[in-house]
Amino acid sequence: MTTTAPVSVTDSHDAAVNSLGFAKPPSETRVVVAMSGGVDSSVTAALLHEQGYDVVGITLQLYDHGVAIQAKGACCAGADIHDARSVAGRLGIPHYVLDYESRFADQVMQDFADSYLRGETPIPCVRCNQTVKFTDLLTTARDLGADCLATGHYVRRFDGGGGAELHRGSDPGKDQSYFLFATTPEQLDYLRFPLGGMNKDETRELAHRFGLAIADKPDSQDICFVPNGRYGDVVRRLRPGAVESGEIVHLDGTVLGRHDGVIDYTIGQRRGLGIGGRKDADESEGPLYVVAIDAIRHRVIVGPQSALACHEVWLSEVSWVSREGAPKAGTSVLARLRNTAPALPATMSGVTGDRVTIRLDEPQFGIAAGQAAVLYDPFHPDRVFGGGWIAEAPSAALA
Amino acid sequence: MSRQPQLYFDNNATAPLRPEAMDAMWKAMGPPSNPSSVHGYGRAARMAVEASRAEVAMLAGCRSADVVFTSGGTEANNLVLSIFDHIITSAVEHDSVLRAAPDATIIGVDGEGRINLDHLRDVLASLPDDMHGRTLVSVMYANNETGVIQPIAEMVALARDAGVATHSDMVQMLGKQHLDFAASGLDYASLSAHKIGGPTGVGALLVRPGLRMTSLLRGGGQEQGRRSGTENVLGIVGFGAAAQAAFDDVAHYRTMAEWRNRLESRLIEERNDVRLFGAAADRISNTACLAVNEKSAETLVMTLDLAGVAISAGSACSSGKVHESHVLKAMDAGEDASRAIRISGGWNTSEADFERLAELLLAL
Repeated sequence: MTTTAPVSVTDSHDAAVNSLGFAKPPSETRVVVAMSGGVDSSVTAALLHEQGYDVVGITLQLYDHGVAIQAKGACCAGADIHDARSVAGRLGIPHYVLDYESRFADQVMQDFADSYLRGETPIPCVRCNQTVKFTDLLTTARDLGADCLATGHYVRRFDGGGGAELHRGSDPGKDQSYFLFATTPEQLDYLRFPLGGMNKDETRELAHRFGLAIADKPDSQDICFVPNGRYGDVVRRLRPGAVESGEIVHLDGTVLGRHDGVIDYTIGQRRGLGIGGRKDADESEGPLYVVAIDAIRHRVIVGPQSALACHEVWLSEVSWVSREGAPKAGTSVLARLRNTAPALPATMSGVTGDRVTIRLDEPQFGIAAGQAAVLYDPFHPDRVFGGGWIAEAPSAALA
Repeated sequence: MSRQPQLYFDNNATAPLRPEAMDAMWKAMGPPSNPSSVHGYGRAARMAVEASRAEVAMLAGCRSADVVFTSGGTEANNLVLSIFDHIITSAVEHDSVLRAAPDATIIGVDGEGRINLDHLRDVLASLPDDMHGRTLVSVMYANNETGVIQPIAEMVALARDAGVATHSDMVQMLGKQHLDFAASGLDYASLSAHKIGGPTGVGALLVRPGLRMTSLLRGGGQEQGRRSGTENVLGIVGFGAAAQAAFDDVAHYRTMAEWRNRLESRLIEERNDVRLFGAAADRISNTACLAVNEKSAETLVMTLDLAGVAISAGSACSSGKVHESHVLKAMDAGEDASRAIRISGGWNTSEADFERLAELLLAL
């Protein structure tokens, strides 16, 4: 893969193109901003509006807030939609709320539940970006005659020699590239991320300068449709009767206890296993971790940390941000296996269609199926190659 | 940058305030206005309310004494439904009927949105004897989404034969034709001011003389004990002035049928992806419900809004999101329902406006 030196569109001094990269005045450039009601997307809208763009705000109603918080009352728009509407009203831009509830339920929530029931630990936010936002909303933006769709994600987009490139946000603490690995080249062409070069303080400062009421609103931490972080409750509600209790079994075959459903466990989990120590335990073994989840037999398998070590990660549904497609087998990459984890040196050891095997230079502990593995360019570590879903990370101990 | 639409075709949602209403409200604004007060201010307020009552009665074709002012069509519907133990209504009613009567017996409609009179006859025939006096048949006069006019005379005849009371939500019908509530045989009807160019927050329930009526709100027994709460004098004054203007404007709506029909036939002739809903039925002249291209109604409403044209898709819920129309669903409109938009002209809509709209829709 060749990479040209990144040129930030926002730093461009080329008078012929505007800050979003179009060769026309901002007033003639229509940009749809996906407004969630949070600080980031609100500032994105305000910034582009200040620059004179023809900004149209769209907020997606993804789930019934009343149902999510177990409150009565249908057709209930959450506080976030109200916030987005207020910001748009203050800016004086057109704003629409689109009902994407059924699409979100079909494409994101069902997948979320199924993934947990398979013993995985899913990331619904990636699915949401992939389907609801960058497929359906993007189509709507095109239908509205918009030149591009802007979001408040902390990632950067550069026009490189081989087409648009996706790079990490310049604030490593805020970077959201992990959640956008599944962006296709066609989608990236159309997308803009005006906040990619900022850090959170700068964004908040802008929110204050624009006089936005949401300037001090806390960042969302949870999955949006799981307000209290109690995802197990959501899965049980989506799949009544599907969650079954079972045994907690040590790698050596000893049954250590019982659990109320594999969905409550994640590979690498140590706390809250609900089992005491073992009388006959080998003291040198150390604490016990969840090392595997056998969803078919409803078993949670625990063992020492060493049993978590994985050298290989098998990925499915791999996609590439760049038009150049998949790097060849043998290519070095940097692999990020969790959003908050550092990207680790690895090699693409096998590529078959959209299935890829990567081999980590150093074994890693606690790699959970259902999470994403996002691959970066080792020579330009900010640049996203693409990524895939972790189908399996075979542990040497379980082999 | 806040765009005001240049073409307003959403009068079934609400109409712009008529200058006559604005003028009357300006003039009434200021003095303490409680019609129940004994002093001069109170008497003046009472006079204003009664003058408006007469104007509204004139437009609806009833006696002044039949008019009970409410906060709007929704309250009027809720009020009348609350008096009865059992409700028979249609599948295409406004939510202020369907949600106020969750246990109602629902009468279906045909593909054009007209109620199934045979079904109504059967339902009435199967009513237990002791239920006749406690049952209300409530069928809207004209539908807010399609404009389809229901066979109210036939409905009334069937209900009367069965000894069952009748109500009609006439919110969309008011001002479109000269109405004769007194001769209609209806026992109750609901009206709203803002659909005819009056202010929001005021409406009326018409009650045939001698019929029972109890206030939903308990309080001072205003409106002859039928609706407690100090009268919304300003709103009522605006309603009266709008009603007076609307009475003189009925001819405008008669002409509008031609403009609306021409728009529809042009679209049908010049595009091959147009579908009309309810067009074979008798309709109020200002309303067209149609699918014009392959895009969702949601997308079309946004596209037109950005182009300065205000229309709507289905009926909007309070959070502003568009959801599936229960009216088109009841009409078995199928997949096309998601593409259906509603165009509704009003008191200040001109022939040229319809032509401009036609050009815009043809250019999609």
